[in-house]
Amino acid sequence: MTDRALVVVRAGALTTVQDRGRSGHAHLGVPRSGALDAPAAALVNRLAGNPPEAAVLETTLNGCALRPRSAVVVAVAGAPCPVWVGGRPAAWGAPVTVPAGELLEVGAVVSGVRSYVAVSGGIAVEPVLGSRATDLLSGLGPAPLTDGTVLPLGAPAGPHARVDVAPQPSPPAELVLRVTPGPRADWFTPEAFRVFTSRAYRVSSASNRIGLRTEGPALERARPGELPSEGMVLGAVQVPPDGRPVVFLADHPTTGGYPVIAVVRTADLPAAAQAAPGIPVRFLAVRRR
Amino acid sequence: MPMTALLVGDDALLIEVGSGAEAQSLHAELVRRRAEGSLTVREIVPAARTVLLDGLDDPARRAAELTTAEFPRTPPRARAAIELPVRYDGPDLADVAAHWGVSEREVARIHAGTEFTVAFCGFAPGFGYLTGLPARYDVPRRATPRTAVPAGAVALAGPYTGVYPRSSPGGWQLIGTTEAVLWDHARVPAALLAPGTRVRFVPVGDA
Repeated sequence: MTDRALVVVRAGALTTVQDRGRSGHAHLGVPRSGALDAPAAALVNRLAGNPPEAAVLETTLNGCALRPRSAVVVAVAGAPCPVWVGGRPAAWGAPVTVPAGELLEVGAVVSGVRSYVAVSGGIAVEPVLGSRATDLLSGLGPAPLTDGTVLPLGAPAGPHARVDVAPQPSPPAELVLRVTPGPRADWFTPEAFRVFTSRAYRVSSASNRIGLRTEGPALERARPGELPSEGMVLGAVQVPPDGRPVVFLADHPTTGGYPVIAVVRTADLPAAAQAAPGIPVRFLAVRRR
Repeated sequence: MPMTALLVGDDALLIEVGSGAEAQSLHAELVRRRAEGSLTVREIVPAARTVLLDGLDDPARRAAELTTAEFPRTPPRARAAIELPVRYDGPDLADVAAHWGVSEREVARIHAGTEFTVAFCGFAPGFGYLTGLPARYDVPRRATPRTAVPAGAVALAGPYTGVYPRSSPGGWQLIGTTEAVLWDHARVPAALLAPGTRVRFVPVGDA
């Protein structure tokens, strides 16, 4: 009998289980969660022969090390990083076979922030509200990995993809986020919106799965106070009292009372997930589709 | 009812109305429309004065359609109220009594004599913002939030009553404790309280 499980030898700075998240429960206060760089998560699943809804691992900056108890096919992509199997260099962005008991090492990122690791069969922890994703805001889903964690694996779905090299966007040297104004742009001075969409910001080291925080010019409010709580969307650019815009990512709260000056195009959020602290950020006003 | 529809990004709409009661009835109507198939949307998120529709195909068209449509001003009566057993033994009971200008015993009597409605959820999975107390009983948040409020704490802030589904930091005024399990992800439904749910607090013990 094969033991379909994965032993976490080195958990890394922050490695979580992620999938496509649990949208549809925001009215209960449940964040959507899910992989921040969704296209990268989809790609590693395809490379490992998994269906798109399979759960993968999302690492942060310094990778992780894993030992499967049975032979598996893995794929690592997202933020570029070295990969080793049994101490030997292995391919990034391509299917790799890891024999039973061998060590898979996912190294520190060369650029970007988050690498994704798919394992054939998918990470088979118990789903919560239809998703296996770790939600760091509300604590739903499995806890972040720790050294020694044993993760169950599902049954492999089929043959892995026959792809040698999968084209992927490089992590951004400058993050350009296209935004549409509102719903609360009128809570700011016209000058503030001009500053917001023309001046340079930087990714703050306080960024996390809840939000991409920025450093840069504070945005001046035209109206004081807080809004009555209102629903928040993925990509909402909320401006807290310090005036520095925060872009809401997958684990964002479902409601909030700070005004949202603009909303980032969903297509630009995967790049935001890969923008390391210190990277310049520009908000580019675009017309609504 | 008068409403304003604000476009949110490329596929969401924030509909603003004049009061919490109108937001509740608008929410109930939108949920009804989704159930009957005339509204396709991923999330319907009510809040204090707004309802967010997230994941719409054509938000601009929906905006025009919704703001010109007639909506019932009062929400339909939900099913029978959920009863939450409560001990009025919270550490801020005396402060709340002072704000209200009544005795602690009277706070418990007034609170337990009120039928609440879950206006919206947020803050944490299963945390409902319950309305029902008259405006004269609004209370401020505590000047200094607690670093840990225990699960089951029954608390007041502004016009709302809430029950902490799990231990968390919090700035609300704690007036009591319930043994009810507000959130259990292994249960169906996981959340005891959802928008529109009616709630009564039933005193237990001698408090």
